[in-house]
Amino acid sequence: MPAKLKYDSVKVGDAIPAFVVEGVTRPDFVRYAGASGDFVPLHYDQTFVEAAGIPTVFAQGMFTAGLLSKALTDFVGVGQVRRFKVRFATRVWPGDVVSCRGKVTNKTEKNGEKIVEGDLEVVNQKGEAAIKGSFAAACN
Amino acid sequence: MADRSSIGKTGKPFTMPIEWSKVREFARAIKDPNPIYFDPEVAKKEAGGIPVPVTFLQTSAFWQDGDSSPGMGGFDIRRILHGEQEFELLKPILVGDTLTGVSKVADIIEKEGGRGGKMTMLLMETEYTNQKGEKVAIARSTLIETGQAVKA
Repeated sequence: MPAKLKYDSVKVGDAIPAFVVEGVTRPDFVRYAGASGDFVPLHYDQTFVEAAGIPTVFAQGMFTAGLLSKALTDFVGVGQVRRFKVRFATRVWPGDVVSCRGKVTNKTEKNGEKIVEGDLEVVNQKGEAAIKGSFAAACN
Repeated sequence: MADRSSIGKTGKPFTMPIEWSKVREFARAIKDPNPIYFDPEVAKKEAGGIPVPVTFLQTSAFWQDGDSSPGMGGFDIRRILHGEQEFELLKPILVGDTLTGVSKVADIIEKEGGRGGKMTMLLMETEYTNQKGEKVAIARSTLIETGQAVKA
Protein backbone atom coordinates (compact mmCIF):
# COMPACT_ATOMS: atom_id res chain seq x y z
CA MET A 1 0.00 0.00 0.00
CA PRO A 2 1.72 3.25 -1.06
CA ALA A 3 2.07 5.74 1.74
CA LYS A 4 1.38 9.34 0.95
CA LEU A 5 3.73 10.71 3.55
CA LYS A 6 7.51 10.46 3.35
CA TYR A 7 9.01 10.00 6.79
CA ASP A 8 12.19 11.88 5.98
CA SER A 9 10.38 14.94 4.63
CA VAL A 10 8.02 15.32 7.61
CA LYS A 11 9.16 17.57 10.45
CA VAL A 12 7.92 17.85 14.01
CA GLY A 13 5.73 20.96 14.05
CA ASP A 14 4.44 20.47 10.49
CA ALA A 15 0.77 21.39 10.16
CA ILE A 16 -1.87 19.06 8.75
CA PRO A 17 -3.70 21.18 6.15
CA ALA A 18 -7.07 22.26 7.55
CA PHE A 19 -10.32 20.82 6.23
CA VAL A 20 -12.94 23.51 6.78
CA VAL A 21 -16.69 22.91 6.48
CA GLU A 22 -18.44 26.26 6.07
CA GLY A 23 -21.59 25.58 8.03
CA VAL A 24 -22.67 22.04 8.87
CA THR A 25 -26.36 21.36 8.27
CA ARG A 26 -29.22 19.25 9.65
CA PRO A 27 -29.20 17.22 6.42
CA ASP A 28 -25.50 16.45 7.13
CA PHE A 29 -26.55 14.91 10.48
CA VAL A 30 -29.38 12.96 8.83
CA ARG A 31 -27.03 11.64 6.16
CA TYR A 32 -24.55 10.56 8.86
CA ALA A 33 -27.37 8.90 10.82
CA GLY A 34 -28.27 6.81 7.79
CA ALA A 35 -24.67 5.97 6.92
CA SER A 36 -23.63 5.05 10.46
CA GLY A 37 -26.84 3.65 11.89
CA ASP A 38 -26.70 6.20 14.74
CA PHE A 39 -30.37 7.07 15.06
CA VAL A 40 -30.18 8.73 18.46
CA PRO A 41 -32.96 11.33 18.00
CA LEU A 42 -30.90 14.16 19.55
CA HIS A 43 -29.33 14.66 16.11
CA TYR A 44 -32.39 15.09 13.87
CA ASP A 45 -35.67 15.20 15.84
CA GLN A 46 -36.48 18.81 16.76
CA THR A 47 -39.59 17.86 18.78
CA PHE A 48 -37.57 15.39 20.84
CA VAL A 49 -34.71 17.81 21.62
CA GLU A 50 -37.04 20.66 22.58
CA ALA A 51 -38.85 18.34 25.00
CA ALA A 52 -35.42 17.57 26.50
CA GLY A 53 -34.75 21.31 26.98
CA ILE A 54 -32.14 21.56 24.22
CA PRO A 55 -32.63 24.41 21.70
CA THR A 56 -31.95 22.43 18.54
CA VAL A 57 -30.45 19.26 17.14
CA PHE A 58 -26.67 18.93 17.16
CA ALA A 59 -24.08 16.85 15.32
CA GLN A 60 -23.21 13.27 16.21
CA GLY A 61 -19.75 13.42 17.78
CA MET A 62 -18.65 10.73 15.35
CA PHE A 63 -19.85 12.82 12.38
CA THR A 64 -17.43 15.55 13.41
CA ALA A 65 -14.74 12.95 14.14
CA GLY A 66 -15.31 11.63 10.60
CA LEU A 67 -14.64 15.08 9.13
CA LEU A 68 -11.44 15.20 11.19
CA SER A 69 -10.37 11.75 9.95
CA LYS A 70 -10.72 13.03 6.36
CA ALA A 71 -8.26 15.86 7.09
CA LEU A 72 -5.88 13.24 8.52
CA THR A 73 -6.10 10.72 5.67
CA ASP A 74 -5.68 13.52 3.10
CA PHE A 75 -2.35 14.18 4.82
CA VAL A 76 -1.06 10.67 5.64
CA GLY A 77 -2.94 8.55 3.08
CA VAL A 78 -5.82 6.10 3.52
CA GLY A 79 -4.66 2.87 5.12
CA GLN A 80 -1.74 4.55 6.91
CA VAL A 81 -3.50 5.49 10.15
CA ARG A 82 -2.51 3.22 13.03
CA ARG A 83 -4.23 5.07 15.89
CA PHE A 84 -6.94 7.73 15.93
CA LYS A 85 -8.22 9.05 19.22
CA VAL A 86 -10.76 11.78 19.89
CA ARG A 87 -12.23 13.40 23.00
CA PHE A 88 -15.50 15.25 22.59
CA ALA A 89 -15.54 18.73 24.14
CA THR A 90 -18.21 21.18 23.02
CA ARG A 91 -21.15 20.30 20.76
CA VAL A 92 -21.42 21.21 17.07
CA TRP A 93 -24.64 23.00 16.05
CA PRO A 94 -26.26 23.56 12.63
CA GLY A 95 -24.52 26.48 10.90
CA ASP A 96 -21.24 26.06 12.77
CA VAL A 97 -18.11 26.50 10.71
CA VAL A 98 -15.80 23.65 11.69
CA SER A 99 -12.07 23.58 11.05
CA CYS A 100 -10.40 20.18 11.24
CA ARG A 101 -6.65 20.40 11.66
CA GLY A 102 -3.60 19.09 13.45
CA LYS A 103 0.14 19.01 13.69
CA VAL A 104 3.02 16.57 13.86
CA THR A 105 4.46 16.24 17.36
CA ASN A 106 6.76 13.20 17.16
CA LYS A 107 8.55 10.78 14.85
CA THR A 108 9.38 7.28 16.01
CA GLU A 109 9.74 3.66 14.96
CA LYS A 110 7.38 0.97 16.20
CA ASN A 111 6.93 -2.68 15.14
CA GLY A 112 9.32 -2.09 12.23
CA GLU A 113 7.32 0.84 10.87
CA LYS A 114 8.25 4.51 10.62
CA ILE A 115 5.56 6.29 12.58
CA VAL A 116 4.52 9.94 12.69
CA GLU A 117 2.46 11.03 15.69
CA GLY A 118 0.53 14.21 16.22
CA ASP A 119 -2.29 16.21 17.75
CA LEU A 120 -5.67 16.79 16.15
CA GLU A 121 -8.48 19.23 16.79
CA VAL A 122 -11.77 20.49 15.48
CA VAL A 123 -12.59 24.09 16.34
CA ASN A 124 -15.74 26.10 15.67
CA GLN A 125 -16.06 29.69 14.44
CA LYS A 126 -15.70 30.98 18.02
CA GLY A 127 -12.40 29.17 18.43
CA GLU A 128 -13.88 26.63 20.84
CA ALA A 129 -12.62 23.06 20.57
CA ALA A 130 -15.33 20.59 19.59
CA ILE A 131 -12.82 17.74 19.52
CA LYS A 132 -9.30 17.27 20.85
CA GLY A 133 -7.48 14.25 19.50
CA SER A 134 -4.28 12.51 18.55
CA PHE A 135 -3.04 10.10 15.91
CA ALA A 136 -0.27 7.79 14.81
CA ALA A 137 0.35 7.01 11.13
CA ALA A 138 2.83 4.86 9.24
CA CYS A 139 5.08 6.43 6.57
CA ASN A 140 7.35 5.34 3.77
CA MET B 1 -26.58 2.98 37.19
CA ALA B 2 -24.00 0.50 35.96
CA ASP B 3 -21.98 -1.19 38.67
CA ARG B 4 -18.37 -2.31 38.80
CA SER B 5 -19.27 -6.00 38.91
CA SER B 6 -19.63 -5.80 35.09
CA ILE B 7 -15.89 -5.13 34.61
CA GLY B 8 -14.33 -7.83 32.43
CA LYS B 9 -17.70 -9.02 31.18
CA THR B 10 -17.51 -10.08 27.51
CA GLY B 11 -20.36 -9.90 25.00
CA LYS B 12 -21.50 -12.43 22.45
CA PRO B 13 -19.39 -12.19 19.25
CA PHE B 14 -21.09 -10.27 16.43
CA THR B 15 -20.48 -10.30 12.67
CA MET B 16 -19.67 -7.25 10.58
CA PRO B 17 -19.53 -7.78 6.80
CA ILE B 18 -17.57 -4.99 5.08
CA GLU B 19 -19.73 -3.90 2.14
CA TRP B 20 -18.91 -1.36 -0.56
CA SER B 21 -22.34 0.29 -0.51
CA LYS B 22 -21.98 1.09 3.19
CA VAL B 23 -18.35 2.16 2.82
CA ARG B 24 -19.06 4.71 0.08
CA GLU B 25 -22.24 5.91 1.80
CA PHE B 26 -20.16 6.49 4.94
CA ALA B 27 -17.36 8.25 3.00
CA ARG B 28 -19.95 10.58 1.49
CA ALA B 29 -21.48 11.28 4.91
CA ILE B 30 -18.11 12.41 6.28
CA LYS B 31 -17.57 14.56 3.15
CA ASP B 32 -14.62 12.55 1.90
CA PRO B 33 -14.61 12.37 -1.93
CA ASN B 34 -11.37 10.32 -2.08
CA PRO B 35 -11.73 8.06 -5.17
CA ILE B 36 -10.23 5.17 -3.19
CA TYR B 37 -13.73 4.69 -1.70
CA PHE B 38 -15.67 5.22 -4.93
CA ASP B 39 -13.57 3.75 -7.76
CA PRO B 40 -12.66 0.05 -7.44
CA GLU B 41 -9.85 0.42 -10.03
CA VAL B 42 -8.17 3.22 -8.07
CA ALA B 43 -8.67 1.30 -4.84
CA LYS B 44 -7.22 -1.89 -6.26
CA LYS B 45 -4.13 -0.07 -7.50
CA GLU B 46 -3.54 1.94 -4.32
CA ALA B 47 -4.68 -0.42 -1.59
CA GLY B 48 -5.34 -3.86 -3.09
CA GLY B 49 -9.05 -3.32 -2.57
CA ILE B 50 -11.53 -0.77 -1.24
CA PRO B 51 -10.43 0.24 2.27
CA VAL B 52 -12.65 1.59 5.05
CA PRO B 53 -12.58 5.12 6.48
CA VAL B 54 -10.77 5.45 9.83
CA THR B 55 -13.95 5.67 11.93
CA PHE B 56 -16.03 3.22 9.87
CA LEU B 57 -15.99 0.47 12.52
CA GLN B 58 -18.11 2.71 14.72
CA THR B 59 -21.05 1.74 12.52
CA SER B 60 -20.97 -1.77 14.01
CA ALA B 61 -21.91 -0.39 17.43
CA PHE B 62 -25.41 0.34 16.21
CA TRP B 63 -25.99 -3.22 15.03
CA GLN B 64 -24.92 -4.88 18.26
CA ASP B 65 -27.76 -6.17 20.39
CA GLY B 66 -27.86 -6.37 24.18
CA ASP B 67 -26.10 -9.75 24.28
CA SER B 68 -23.14 -8.50 22.26
CA SER B 69 -22.85 -5.19 24.15
CA PRO B 70 -22.19 -6.04 27.79
CA GLY B 71 -22.36 -3.41 30.49
CA MET B 72 -24.94 -1.20 28.81
CA GLY B 73 -27.77 -2.86 30.69
CA GLY B 74 -27.55 -0.72 33.80
CA PHE B 75 -27.15 2.57 31.96
CA ASP B 76 -29.87 5.16 31.39
CA ILE B 77 -29.61 6.01 27.68
CA ARG B 78 -31.10 9.49 28.21
CA ARG B 79 -28.17 10.49 30.41
CA ILE B 80 -25.35 9.09 28.27
CA LEU B 81 -22.67 11.15 26.58
CA HIS B 82 -19.99 9.87 24.24
CA GLY B 83 -16.81 11.09 25.93
CA GLU B 84 -13.97 9.58 23.93
CA GLN B 85 -13.37 7.23 21.04
CA GLU B 86 -10.18 5.54 19.94
CA PHE B 87 -9.35 3.19 17.06
CA GLU B 88 -6.20 1.14 16.84
CA LEU B 89 -5.90 -0.11 13.27
CA LEU B 90 -3.57 -3.11 13.10
CA LYS B 91 -4.12 -4.58 9.62
CA PRO B 92 -5.88 -3.43 6.43
CA ILE B 93 -9.68 -3.84 6.39
CA LEU B 94 -11.08 -4.15 2.87
CA VAL B 95 -14.48 -4.53 1.24
CA GLY B 96 -15.28 -8.24 1.09
CA ASP B 97 -13.84 -8.95 4.53
CA THR B 98 -16.05 -10.36 7.25
CA LEU B 99 -15.09 -9.19 10.70
CA THR B 100 -16.04 -10.69 14.03
CA GLY B 101 -16.24 -8.28 16.93
CA VAL B 102 -16.14 -9.05 20.62
CA SER B 103 -16.90 -6.29 23.11
CA LYS B 104 -15.92 -6.22 26.75
CA VAL B 105 -16.32 -3.89 29.67
CA ALA B 106 -12.74 -2.68 30.18
CA ASP B 107 -13.48 -0.48 33.19
CA ILE B 108 -16.17 1.40 35.08
CA ILE B 109 -15.13 4.51 36.98
CA GLU B 110 -17.33 6.63 39.23
CA LYS B 111 -16.48 10.23 39.98
CA GLU B 112 -17.95 13.52 41.04
CA GLY B 113 -18.67 15.56 37.91
CA GLY B 114 -19.49 19.19 37.23
CA ARG B 115 -22.81 20.31 35.81
CA GLY B 116 -24.40 16.83 35.70
CA GLY B 117 -23.58 15.73 39.30
CA LYS B 118 -22.08 12.28 39.87
CA MET B 119 -20.67 10.63 36.75
CA THR B 120 -20.13 7.02 35.85
CA MET B 121 -17.64 6.34 33.07
CA LEU B 122 -17.91 3.11 31.11
CA LEU B 123 -14.89 2.03 29.09
CA MET B 124 -15.81 -0.45 26.38
CA GLU B 125 -13.26 -2.25 24.26
CA THR B 126 -14.14 -4.10 21.05
CA GLU B 127 -11.66 -6.34 19.24
CA TYR B 128 -12.18 -7.12 15.54
CA THR B 129 -10.82 -10.23 13.85
CA ASN B 130 -11.04 -10.91 10.12
CA GLN B 131 -12.04 -14.09 8.27
CA LYS B 132 -8.38 -15.23 8.31
CA GLY B 133 -8.28 -15.02 12.08
CA GLU B 134 -6.07 -11.90 12.10
CA LYS B 135 -6.74 -9.25 14.71
CA VAL B 136 -7.34 -6.13 12.58
CA ALA B 137 -8.56 -3.43 14.96
CA ILE B 138 -9.40 -2.47 18.50
CA ALA B 139 -12.03 0.19 19.25
CA ARG B 140 -12.23 1.84 22.65
CA SER B 141 -15.22 3.92 23.68
CA THR B 142 -15.70 5.97 26.80
CA LEU B 143 -19.36 6.55 27.62
CA ILE B 144 -20.32 8.88 30.43
CA GLU B 145 -23.55 8.57 32.38
CA THR B 146 -24.32 11.79 34.20
CA GLY B 147 -26.20 11.97 37.49
CA GLN B 148 -28.98 13.98 35.86
CA ALA B 149 -29.95 14.93 32.31
CA VAL B 150 -27.40 17.30 30.80
CA LYS B 151 -28.91 20.55 29.48
CA ALA B 152 -27.41 22.47 26.61
